[in-house]
Amino acid sequence: MIEVQQITKRYGHHTAIDRVSFSVAKGEVLAFLGPNGAGKTTTMRILTCFMPATEGTARVAGFDCADQPLEVKRRIGYLPETPPVYLELTVTEYLQFVGRLRGLTGKTLTSSMQREIERLGLGTVQHRLIGNLSRGYRQRVGLAQALLHDPQVLILDEPTVGLDPKQIIEIRELIKNLAGSHSVILSTHILPEATAVCQRVVIISGGRIVAEDTPDQLSARLRQSEKISLTLKSPAADTDSRLKAVQGVQNVFASGIPGTFLLECELGRDAREEVARLAVTSGWGLLELKAISMTLEDVFLQLTRDETGLPQGAVVAAAEPTGQPA
Amino acid sequence: MTPVQAIIAKELRSYFVSPVVYVVGAVFLLIVGLLAYLYIVFAGAQAIQLMQMQGTAQINLNDLVFRNLFSSVRFILLIILPILTMRLFAEERKLRTFEFLLTSPIGINEIVIGKFMSVFLVFLGLLGLTGLMPLVLALFCDFDWYPVLTGYLGLVLLGALFLSVGVLASALTENQIVAAFVSFGLLLVLWLLAGVGSLLGETAIGQAISYLSFMEHYDHLVRGLVDTKDLVYFFSGLALMLFLSHRVVDSSRWK
Repeated sequence: MIEVQQITKRYGHHTAIDRVSFSVAKGEVLAFLGPNGAGKTTTMRILTCFMPATEGTARVAGFDCADQPLEVKRRIGYLPETPPVYLELTVTEYLQFVGRLRGLTGKTLTSSMQREIERLGLGTVQHRLIGNLSRGYRQRVGLAQALLHDPQVLILDEPTVGLDPKQIIEIRELIKNLAGSHSVILSTHILPEATAVCQRVVIISGGRIVAEDTPDQLSARLRQSEKISLTLKSPAADTDSRLKAVQGVQNVFASGIPGTFLLECELGRDAREEVARLAVTSGWGLLELKAISMTLEDVFLQLTRDETGLPQGAVVAAAEPTGQPA
Repeated sequence: MTPVQAIIAKELRSYFVSPVVYVVGAVFLLIVGLLAYLYIVFAGAQAIQLMQMQGTAQINLNDLVFRNLFSSVRFILLIILPILTMRLFAEERKLRTFEFLLTSPIGINEIVIGKFMSVFLVFLGLLGLTGLMPLVLALFCDFDWYPVLTGYLGLVLLGALFLSVGVLASALTENQIVAAFVSFGLLLVLWLLAGVGSLLGETAIGQAISYLSFMEHYDHLVRGLVDTKDLVYFFSGLALMLFLSHRVVDSSRWK
């Protein structure tokens, strides 16, 4: 449904996205995760034909975004970061205008409007001016706009921003229900959201895709071993090898910080007790010993943060299993 | 309803829910009415003078009232039309609906034409209301309708040109005040080109510069002279401004 190949977007000397490739199948929901300024919005703007890519091709439903933008635009529902609403119109007037721009007329227009007003719970505010509505309602009006012509592809830039928790759950349910019949790309920086509604996650950082997988596999693949962080006051020269000799410990990395080691152990085995005893009996001056757990949150942070200043082992662990993005 | 019609309907709706049209319209009609009144009173005073001196009062209302009035209205339009056009694109950019508009399955030319047509209709409405003045005047005295009608044609064409300059200025910025000032400045330059042209006299450059100004073209129409050359000036100017607006809107996608 959506195919993006090696797209690059440069603004003068600044490269906003760098050779990004991914694809979304029909009926799939893909999350775009990344810190602010990572290139999420730029990618979405290229897909919606708002701006052309500097290099590379993007195709939606078989149409090239650069060559047949009108065909692409007909098939896309787009919710930008700020809901694109006209404050001086009422909700119905606004939806009517949007429908007409997309070629909906007569009964189809009325029934589509009715459907979206119901689906997004806008019934009570439909005759009010959008300028008088709260942020949450405006966001819902923006979503109604994106869904109005029942597009094959939905591109939602942070769809749940500004909503209260109950509404967030409703919108997530809505997106889940859309999956199967619609292809959805949504950007977010809320990780549970990605886990809750998406089949696949693309993590983007500094304009590049750093990981792409299902949310479950992403954390599982990164957690191939139990990890322990160990800080010693006065490690000896043979600390490395003696730690490695502890049962269950597979690998020992010296981190960038002097005296701090990162231990990789077999899955399901807690070697902390053994390590503690060894450190104490050897007189290394045990300062800190803790297990490191990897949530999607950590994965995200590690993949998107600058690599300097992180324990080396963690970087290796994070970068290795994810491999090259498909 | 075609997309262009949808845009026109939406823009008209936006115009009439904001106070801008009412304020601008009221000021425009007030000033035009006041000027018309003054010119008519002057004409009356002249008629009385003539009566005292010659015994008859045959004055030409077309010269004394309408030509003066059409010349003044030109200046009023130059000031108020940028106020009407300034919001067209600038507001879309400010409120971030610009992206929505450009990702809708419609061409940029449809957006530009829809926006232009909406403000043009507002302008025609305002101009239509000033039509009451010659109608009322016709009840009490005689004048030649032909130059009045060509004068109105001149105003319609001049207004369309001014509005298209305003559309271009609005497409250039997201600040409405800047948009209004840019179009005001551009129109003033177009006006003053006539002065520059006449300063250079009957040289080729002088004539070319004079041609670029709307002054002589508009004056011809006010005097009842419908010349293809002048019509070509207005239509080509309008087309150029709308084309440039199209390019500006399109180029904003590349930034």
